Amino acid sequence: MYRYDDRDRTIISERVAQFRDQTARYLAGELSEEEFLPLRLQNGLYIQRLAPMLRVAIPYGLLNSAQLRRLARISRDYDKGYAHFTTRQNLQFNWPQLEDVPAILAELAEVEMHAVQTSGNCIRNTTSDPYAGVARDEIADPRPYCELIRQWSTFHPEFAFLPRKFKIAVNGAQADRAAIRVHDIGVQIVEQDGEIGFAIYVGGGQGRTPVIAERIREFLPEEDLLSYLEAIVRVYNQLGRRDNKYKARIKILVKALGAEEFAARVEREWEQIRDGVDRLTPEALTWAKSFFTAPEYKVLDSTDSDAALAAEASEDKAFARWLERNTFRHRVPGYRAVKLSTKPTGVPPGDVTDRQLEAIADLADEFSFGEARITHDQNAVLADVEQGNLKALWQAARKHGFATPNIGTLTDMICCPGGDYCSLANAKSIPVAEAIQRRFDDMDYLYDLGDLNLNISGCMNACGHHHVGHIGILGVDKKGEEFYQIQLGGSSSESASLAKVLGPSFSRAEVPDVIGRILDLYVELRHPDELFVDTYHRIGLQPFKEKVYAKAS
Amino acid sequence: MPKPAKAQAPQPENPQQLILDGAVVNNEWHLIPSDESAADLSAATLASGRLMLPLAVWQELRGELTDRKSEIGVWLDSDETADLLGEAACELPLIAVHFPAFADGRGFTTGRLLRERYGFAGELRAIGNFMRDQLSYLSRCGFNAFAYQGDQSLEELLKSLRDFSQSYQAAVDQPEPLFRRRGLA
Ligand code: HEM
Ligand code: SF4
Repeated sequence: MYRYDDRDRTIISERVAQFRDQTARYLAGELSEEEFLPLRLQNGLYIQRLAPMLRVAIPYGLLNSAQLRRLARISRDYDKGYAHFTTRQNLQFNWPQLEDVPAILAELAEVEMHAVQTSGNCIRNTTSDPYAGVARDEIADPRPYCELIRQWSTFHPEFAFLPRKFKIAVNGAQADRAAIRVHDIGVQIVEQDGEIGFAIYVGGGQGRTPVIAERIREFLPEEDLLSYLEAIVRVYNQLGRRDNKYKARIKILVKALGAEEFAARVEREWEQIRDGVDRLTPEALTWAKSFFTAPEYKVLDSTDSDAALAAEASEDKAFARWLERNTFRHRVPGYRAVKLSTKPTGVPPGDVTDRQLEAIADLADEFSFGEARITHDQNAVLADVEQGNLKALWQAARKHGFATPNIGTLTDMICCPGGDYCSLANAKSIPVAEAIQRRFDDMDYLYDLGDLNLNISGCMNACGHHHVGHIGILGVDKKGEEFYQIQLGGSSSESASLAKVLGPSFSRAEVPDVIGRILDLYVELRHPDELFVDTYHRIGLQPFKEKVYAKAS
Repeated sequence: MPKPAKAQAPQPENPQQLILDGAVVNNEWHLIPSDESAADLSAATLASGRLMLPLAVWQELRGELTDRKSEIGVWLDSDETADLLGEAACELPLIAVHFPAFADGRGFTTGRLLRERYGFAGELRAIGNFMRDQLSYLSRCGFNAFAYQGDQSLEELLKSLRDFSQSYQAAVDQPEPLFRRRGLA
C-alpha cells in the first residue's frame, strides 16, 4: 500500500496543527459557528443529533493492521468502544468530544491517516473496488490511480469550496464493484489497442435527485487523468449552481447543459491544460504503481489446493456455506479473498467494536499480508488468503462474529444510521433492518434467493443507497408518523439503474410481510438461475404491485 | 440559470487597511460599487485617484480612460469569469475578485486563471466575505492582497498565510505538482 514520505507527513501534520488552532479559536469564541462549520467539515467533523461524528478517510478502503489497531484504540479511548464502516469505505466515530478531535487527528497522523475532506463541499475520499489487485476480471489495478487522485485532490487550493460535495470512484474490473455510475465522476479503466486508459462518467449521484452518470469520454489516455479531472472540476466550480443546495451537485449542471455540451466545455478547458504540468510522467506512474505490487504469494497448485478445500467443505456444511457466500475467487491459484460480514442479525450494519477492529488486524496479519479493505457494502475484506488457511480463518472469524455466511444475500443490507442517530431522518432504519433479518433467518431460503441487495435509507438523502438497491426501502414522514416506501429494480453495477417506487408506503410493522410477498412472487415467476433483479427487469413493476397491494379476500 | 439582479447583490467593503505581499498596508484604492449608481457613471464624472471599477463599468468606459491606465483597476463579481477580461487583464494594475460569501469558491478559479492563463502580474486582491482560514488557498491561487472585512486583526491573519509549507498540486505559487518534485528518477 502507499507509504508516506516526509513530504506527505509534513502536509498532514501541518493540517493537524492548523485544525488544533482552529478548534482552539472556536472554543475561545473567536471563530463563529458559521465560520467553523466548513473548517470542521473539511476535517470530517459533523455535529449530529446526539454528539459530534468524526469521519476518518480510508483511501480507497485500504488499511494495514497497525492502522486498524490505532482505530480500535481511538474508539476505546475517545469513543464508546465501537466504530462504523460507511458506504464510501470510510470509518466513523459516533461519540467523540469536540475538544478531543485535534488529539484524535494527531493519533491518526502517526499511522498515516487523516479525516481530510471526508465531508464539506470539496473532493471527498476516492473509492474503488474492494477486490482491487486480486480480481480475476481486472483490467488494471485501480489503486495507483486512486492514490494519484488522492494526492491531487488533497487540499487542492482551487477546489476546497465547490458548490457541493464531490465524489470520485475508480473501477478497474469488468464488473463495476465501485458504483462509479452513481458518483460525481466515475472512472472506468479500459484497455484500447494494448494501452491503458479511462472511460469517464460524470453527473451520477443519489440523494433526493438520483441520476445515473453519463459517459463523456470513451478513452482518456493514462497520463491525462489528473488534467482531465481538473478540467471537469473547474467547469463545475465555475458553473455549478450555488443558489440552492439541492440543485448544486454536478448532476444538475450536467442535466441543465446536457451531457454533450458539458463534455464540450470540459474538452475545451482540457485543451488548454492537457500539455501542462499535471500530465502524469512515466516516472510518476511507475512510482504510484510500485506501492501496489503483488505480495509474496506462494506458488500453489490450483488443482491440489481446490481439491483439499473441497474435501474440507464436504465435511462441514457450515464451512461450505461460508465458503460459497463469503469468499471470492482470486487471480492467483490457491488463494481467495474473504469477506468478513458485519451483518449478523441485530447489529447495525457496518458497526464494529474495538475488539473486532483488532481482530481484523490480527486476522490480516496472520492470513492476509497485514492488510484489509473496507467495502462499500459496509463489510471488510481480507484479499489474499491461502485456501489452506480458510478453515482456520473461518473459525477465528466466527469467534469474533464476522462469519455470518450472508454476503450478497438479502440480509447483507446497506443501511443508514437513520432516526436512531441522524437528525435529518424521517424514520428509523436500523430496526427495519433488524426486523427483516429476523424474519428471513432461514439460510437455505436466503441462498435459494441468491444475490439480492436490499438497501435502507431513513430519508431521501439516500445515505443507505435505496435508489440502487434491488429492493430499496425509504423512510418517509406521513403526518408525523414513520412510514416506509418500497422501491424495486435499482442497481449500482455496470448495468446501473434506479429503483422504481412500488406504490403507497407501509408502516414499519408491515415491511417484513411486504418484502415476503415480493420474494414469493419472484420465487414463483423466476426462470432457472435468474436473479431477483433480472426477473424484475423481465416482468416489470406491475406484477409486484398487484401481488403486494392485492386486497385480502 | 437564474441570477440575482445585480442591484441586490451584496457589495464588497473596502477596508482602510489590507494585507499586501505579506505586510499590513494602507488601502490606496477606492471601490466603485456595482449597484444602480454605476449606471450613471461616465469617464468625466469618475472620481480621481485609484479606482476599482465593476467589470461592466470598465468595459463601458475603458476606451475613454486610456490616459488613466495606471490608476484604473477592475473588480470581478463571483459570477464573472476570468475569460471576460482575458488578455486585457495584462493591461491592468489591479484586479479584485469578490467573494460574496466564503462558501462561494468561484473566485479561486478566477484568480488562478488570471495568473496562469492570462498572464496577469499586477495586484490580485481578494475582497468580500472570505475568511482567515482561506488565506493559504487564496494565496496558492495567485492572490497577493487581502482586503479582509471580518473581525480578526490583520496581524493574526498573516499567520494563516503560513499554514502549509508543502503541497501536492501545482498552482500559482508552485510550478510543479509534487509527483514531479519527489526526485523520481
Ligand atoms: C448520521 C448522520 C448523517 C447525516 C446527517 C447525513 C447526511 C447526508 C445528506 C444530507 C446527504 C445528501 C447529500 C446530497 O444530496 O448532496 C447524504 C448523502 C449520502 N450519505 Fe449521509 N449522512 C449521515 C450519515 C451517513 C452514513 C453513516 C453514511 C454511510 C454509511 C452516509 C453515506 C452517504 C452517501 C453514500 C450519500 C449519497 C451521496 C450521493 O448523493 O451520491 N451518510 N448524507
Ligand atoms: S439517509 Fe437520511 S436518515 Fe439516513 S443517515 Fe442519511 S440523512 Fe440520515
